Amino acid sequence: MTTPVLEVKDLRVHFFLDEGVVRAVDGVSFDVRPGQVVGIVGESGCGKSVTMKAILQIVEPPGRIVAGQILFRQDAAPAVDLARLSPKGTAMRAIRGAEIALIPQEPMAAFSPVHTVGDQITEALRLHERQWRGAGPRLSRREARGMTVDLLRSVGISMPEARVDAYSWQLSGGLRQRAMIAMALSCRPRLLIADEPTTAIDVTTQAQILNLLRDLQRRHDTAIVFITHDLGVIAQMAHHVVVMYLGRVMEQGSVADIFHAPKHPYTRALLRSIPSVHATPRTLLPTIAGSIPHPLGRPRGCPFHPRCPDAIPGVCTERVPALKPVGREQRASCFLYHRDEAAER
Amino acid sequence: MSAPATPWLLEVRHLRKSFPIRRGFNRKLVGAVRAVDDVSFTIREGETLGLVGESGCGKTTTARCILRALAPTSGEILFRPAGGRVVDLAPLSRAELRPLRPQIQMIFQDPFGSLNPRMTIFENVGEPLLVNGLRDRRARLARVAALLELTGLRPEYMHRFPHAFSGGQRQRIGIARALATEPRLVVADEPVSALDVSVQAQVLNLLLELQARLHLTFLFVAHDLAVVKHVSDRVAVMYVGQIVELATTEAIFAQPRHPYTAALLRAVPVPDPHAASGDVALTGEVANPANPPSGCYFRPRCPFTTQVCRTEPPLLRELGAGRLVRCHRAEELTLAGV
Repeated sequence: MTTPVLEVKDLRVHFFLDEGVVRAVDGVSFDVRPGQVVGIVGESGCGKSVTMKAILQIVEPPGRIVAGQILFRQDAAPAVDLARLSPKGTAMRAIRGAEIALIPQEPMAAFSPVHTVGDQITEALRLHERQWRGAGPRLSRREARGMTVDLLRSVGISMPEARVDAYSWQLSGGLRQRAMIAMALSCRPRLLIADEPTTAIDVTTQAQILNLLRDLQRRHDTAIVFITHDLGVIAQMAHHVVVMYLGRVMEQGSVADIFHAPKHPYTRALLRSIPSVHATPRTLLPTIAGSIPHPLGRPRGCPFHPRCPDAIPGVCTERVPALKPVGREQRASCFLYHRDEAAER
Repeated sequence: MSAPATPWLLEVRHLRKSFPIRRGFNRKLVGAVRAVDDVSFTIREGETLGLVGESGCGKTTTARCILRALAPTSGEILFRPAGGRVVDLAPLSRAELRPLRPQIQMIFQDPFGSLNPRMTIFENVGEPLLVNGLRDRRARLARVAALLELTGLRPEYMHRFPHAFSGGQRQRIGIARALATEPRLVVADEPVSALDVSVQAQVLNLLLELQARLHLTFLFVAHDLAVVKHVSDRVAVMYVGQIVELATTEAIFAQPRHPYTAALLRAVPVPDPHAASGDVALTGEVANPANPPSGCYFRPRCPFTTQVCRTEPPLLRELGAGRLVRCHRAEELTLAGV
């Protein structure tokens, strides 16, 4: 197996509020290998976006990375622990946007409305020149502009020579997201983080954007961390899936394992409760009892136990299960699969 | 499913709503966005009609016209009130609408924005009762308690404020409020799209159960085809202000007759990694309703375009029992369903 480009190990990000500590990410581990698309899926409050922010070192106060490692590898160089880098330091700034790029959910909010789309991409190209180009003569404005036009063309924007001078608000939702993808790919990142990249987009445009991302991913062999709440999108995009709930990884495995042989009761229940276009009309859906707990009212033991039909009294209510293998590539944090551990004590 | 003999509760005929586009210092009229462009359909008593389409297709504007939150530009909105004669809601004034309002209620999309944060649950749900003349506080308390129970909430919590409730619970409160006046028609505009998957299923089930118990009639507006399939008896698909296809839920999903319906079905990402995907359903983007293309509005994106599609706007015509399609080539095309 290839060495992972990113290794997240027991990451914990807590938010220190007046009302108490919110453990938004509470012991998350996963690997991303070169050319692999890792999907992180979960409902609101599961910590998927905070995980993404931690990797980029853009967690806003009062949030802070309190423990864990985020190991990032660049070619032969030794791994850098991003969790140890200063968010505003030179090292992190050289990585953010160049080595690790982000496609945000709301391209409308991500682009500046007072600069043209082309200027913003050009700025990224020139700012991170050393990272993606190596040493050499400085990139002229003109060259950078030409490259920007090529980038816009490569993400399927028609008339890129004209669009390069457009402001983000002059573009439609689909075009704006394409321009965002062009900017994210501009510095040839080793790792791309896509945070709900199609959530704000209509379904027919979503199909186009997902296709584009799949195509670009194959062509450049980019590693992608794909964050979404939409299990349909995950099934179509990811090779490997991480299922999160209340700041913890419930289960992870290959996309086939997760969708065809889910082990964790949460994954199973989640998959059953999605409305399907194949269902018989006007039938009741299987549901998950209760609702997601308030972030400050985290249950003791396994975070899912109050809603879990298979919870073992006295075990799941008391102790937090560890993420352990349940198959060749599949891992689940559930005492149902680790009876020996459940029996301890 | 309701029998064909059931009388209709609502009949919308040639509904149009356009919004003026004004520019410059004198607010000169330079054009109009035809948000709803000749929409007609009926909803039978006890039935759910799903209205689907992408953003900007006019589905919400249609719903708001029926609620008379907007005044339609033209067309008729015929409604059959309890025991009364059929009325056309379209030309009525605010005063004339007032006695009819309790019978048509709405469930909103955003469970956070649609409840007044400064009012308790009792006040939020009891407000429509108060407005409609139930002045006795004790009677209101009893009615609100019954409504909360009906929607699966604990009546003890009725003196709390909305912030104490989760998204799913708030949506139940919104449903309780909509049902307070015993409406005949409930317009639900994207009632589950702001909810998490695990909660969405609960709310969809609740709507189905309430409908069976209270014999409600729903106009269910949504963009998610899977959600629409779960609740609807019939489905109308909208594109750029027009209905392009209307049929029973089974028929429209199994065998779409309009290329847009078929494309929409194919674009839904299926939660199965082995499912065939990757063929881009459609190219291009939704037409601008302020400046729609000539002929068929779907023509620039349609893979089956012929000369007639460029020049002649297709009419919504009947194709088999109870099925309406707006496409010149509906008979000859064989389109894949799901």
